[in-house]
Amino acid sequence: MQPLVKLDGVAVALPLDNVDTDQLLPARFLKVPRSQGYGPLLLHDLRFGADGQPHTGFPLNDPACAGAQVLVARRAFGVGSSREAAVYALVDFGIRCVVATSFGDIFAGNAANNGLLAAVVGEEEIEGLLAAVEKDGRARVDLEACTISAGENSLSFSIDPVRRIKLINGWDDLQLTMSYKDAIDAFVAGDRLRRPWTQPGRDAPAPMPPAP
Amino acid sequence: MAREPQTLFDKLWQQHEIVRRDDGQSLLWIDRHFVHEGSFHAFDQLRSRAGAVARSDLTFGVADHYVPTRRPGPIGDPAIARMVDQLVANSAAHGITLFGLDDPRQGIVHVVGPEQGLTLPGLLIVCGDSHTATHGALGAFAFGIGASEVAHVLMTQTLWQKKPKRMRVAIEGRLAPGATAKDIILSVIARIGANGAQGHAIEYAGRAIRSLSMEGRLTLCNMSIECGARCGMVAPDETTFAYVRGRPFAPDGANLDRALEAWAQLPSDADAAFDCEVTLDAAAIAPTVTWGTSPEDALPIDALVPDPAQQGDPVRGESMRAALDYMGLAPGQKLTDVRIDRVFIGSCTNARIEDLRAAASVLAGRKAKVPGVVSPGSSLVKSQAEQEGLDRIFRDAGLEWLASGCSMCVGINGDTVPAGERCASTTNRNFRGRQGRGARTHLMSPAMVAAAAVTGHLTDVRPLLRENA
Repeated sequence: MQPLVKLDGVAVALPLDNVDTDQLLPARFLKVPRSQGYGPLLLHDLRFGADGQPHTGFPLNDPACAGAQVLVARRAFGVGSSREAAVYALVDFGIRCVVATSFGDIFAGNAANNGLLAAVVGEEEIEGLLAAVEKDGRARVDLEACTISAGENSLSFSIDPVRRIKLINGWDDLQLTMSYKDAIDAFVAGDRLRRPWTQPGRDAPAPMPPAP
Repeated sequence: MAREPQTLFDKLWQQHEIVRRDDGQSLLWIDRHFVHEGSFHAFDQLRSRAGAVARSDLTFGVADHYVPTRRPGPIGDPAIARMVDQLVANSAAHGITLFGLDDPRQGIVHVVGPEQGLTLPGLLIVCGDSHTATHGALGAFAFGIGASEVAHVLMTQTLWQKKPKRMRVAIEGRLAPGATAKDIILSVIARIGANGAQGHAIEYAGRAIRSLSMEGRLTLCNMSIECGARCGMVAPDETTFAYVRGRPFAPDGANLDRALEAWAQLPSDADAAFDCEVTLDAAAIAPTVTWGTSPEDALPIDALVPDPAQQGDPVRGESMRAALDYMGLAPGQKLTDVRIDRVFIGSCTNARIEDLRAAASVLAGRKAKVPGVVSPGSSLVKSQAEQEGLDRIFRDAGLEWLASGCSMCVGINGDTVPAGERCASTTNRNFRGRQGRGARTHLMSPAMVAAAAVTGHLTDVRPLLRENA
């Protein structure tokens, strides 16, 4: 995973609440292989009409927003479905940081696993940041200092400290987990004695109808 | 020996914690892992790392998201057929038991798990689907995860998590006739908001919850994600134990005795502390419908469409205006005047046998004024309903009786609501375009959907229940 420490680039304001993962990547695109790239599908139905023509008023369609790395929204960004493809769409589009006042729980985890910073700022600060980004079109993000600035507007954001370290170093969980192999094996051995009933039957009997 | 009083969630967490790091991250053991067609990204990650599935005996595949509901018959769209085939191939390659398209036990993963006795009290269950909290109805710790996490679980049978805070949602008193588990959860979400439980594990408690059937508890826990919770659960009790006994994969004999002993210890200690409590009066919960594009936009059926101009918060007003515009509704309009174009009865939220019975009891002897489909939660629910003659009631009312799958809840198998059409739906999300591009969704209980079908508009089901009584 590509480490993320500092960003200085094009920023786009998306002043919306509840940008759910069905908006970020409509379900009908979920069968697309990742190798095709999800960038063109990001926020597809908000960006394009049913005829495929771009909505000219939509922020991401503004030519000034081309190459955007930072996206600023409002409350409850990424709520809904667990589809990691919503994060792939942002990342493939080029976004490295989303700023909002809150994030969907699963989305925030998926973001950290894909090198995308989900930065939380306060309700009282987001409007100022949205205005500054709309005016300036750029933002600077510093993950070491946990600050974001646009124009004269500079503020602190919060992120889970573990996710912050993961992003800064570009770590992924798997190698780390492998280093705990002995602890896992010991847990499994003890658990077999503590909770023998958790093992599902391997040769299950014939299907049973649901209880009346 | 004195010990700190614990909640149900504290106990479940502790029983699955392998290690806790100084930074607060815990490595948790996973008892059950369900995969479906959408898990292909995770299998691709596994392949790219040349990884193996650590515990195929604890991993179960279910074909639900992409399966056709008009079957038997070929899958028309090759891209959809490829999704179903990929799951078959990945399950076979890794020795994973699959409840596939032609298996009599096939169905929606969150219906099949409990039905087969794979879901048990005390287990930690994950699946790459946000509605995995459903399984919490049995007193399990269950939550949805993303594809990278699915890959991690496949390869290690573990997951890193930070312990969420504990929220108790108490529904005190008795539900009034006509009010259901769906109305409870929609009321909870409307009260605390679409992200109101973010970072929390919910335990649903109180007399109204204890009185719910297992089906009702599954509906309740299913929508925990719609208020942002990591998971939702109900303490196991006699209702739970009676439900689990005798199911195909459930423990039996001496193992069952051990299990029952362990399960009896799970409920929260009397003096256990929660980080946050929300209480609702069950008697005040009326049949509820959504009017907007988030499940938090829910109101009792006798209410009016809200007026954005009367919102104190201008940002909220603006987002309400956008929602009403998308939904084609006017402020001040009576919800019961909202005409619908079709109905959908199905999904992991509300397609179990009790849900189908509730809808059928309203539709019996009546005709639907709009088209609609019924997709049972599992193939076994479908056969059970057919044994009870419910399929005849739906068909006689003019609705289509289809096979089981996620179907029109997410629309990726091709079952969609056409653009601009309004659907009364037993599902869990009224997001823009959720049921198809431009589709307008109103969430409600199965009986309320049946009532809307009969009248052609959003309707209070209660008078119809009295007429049929």
